[in-house]
Amino acid sequence: MKVLYFAWVRERIGKAEETLEPPAAVRTVGDLIAWLASRGEEYAHAFERPQVIRAAIDQTHVRSDTAIAGAREIALFPPMTGG
Amino acid sequence: MTVPVTIRLQRDDFDLATESARLTGADTTIGAVVSFVGRCRGDEDGHAISALTLEHYPGMAEAEIARHVEEALTRWPLKGVTVIHRYGRIMPGDNIVLVLTASSHRQAAFAAAEFLMDYLKTRAPFWKSDERPDGDRNWIDARDADDDAAARWDSAAN
Repeated sequence: MKVLYFAWVRERIGKAEETLEPPAAVRTVGDLIAWLASRGEEYAHAFERPQVIRAAIDQTHVRSDTAIAGAREIALFPPMTGG
Repeated sequence: MTVPVTIRLQRDDFDLATESARLTGADTTIGAVVSFVGRCRGDEDGHAISALTLEHYPGMAEAEIARHVEEALTRWPLKGVTVIHRYGRIMPGDNIVLVLTASSHRQAAFAAAEFLMDYLKTRAPFWKSDERPDGDRNWIDARDADDDAAARWDSAAN
């Protein structure tokens, strides 16, 4: 699946997107964030406060307990500040 | 009848008069057009800023705005909606966002414009960072007040 990062999540990780195949035990958005946080210092920094991270699956907002099975594109980002 | 809806994301500025005329066209059943223009302030949280940069999630930003416009159309008897949101680097005093709502009477137009802005602030995937005169750059934090403003529509029985 394609994983996209925006704003300070993108800056901390140092990339805007990547293609990942998380292990089968990673079932929800929350699991994905925890798994990513274990992948290195930059990821740990980006996801040090997982409760503030927002997510979208295939361009629709989802909660952290949403299953990621079948997702083509998952985006992780801070709270939005548009308008 | 299909209600005219315009949603645009663009780097360039917009012109309120042009967009308003485009929205209403020759429709003489429109008795009210409410416009909201969001502008870049020269200060943020008590310190001066020299510019804002808006990042967005292309594709989702348009889709999310469209979802809220659809919801506004089911809640109020609207005759047209325009939402234009800029991205990129924006200077103090420049426009950021335009919301236009048209209806036969003012109540629907006012309410729908406020509804759309409240959701744009909290649900549309845009992120602002500011530049300070000393060259420092900071991501702007989301405000609880914006979440509260959006949340009140969840229970509002209009």
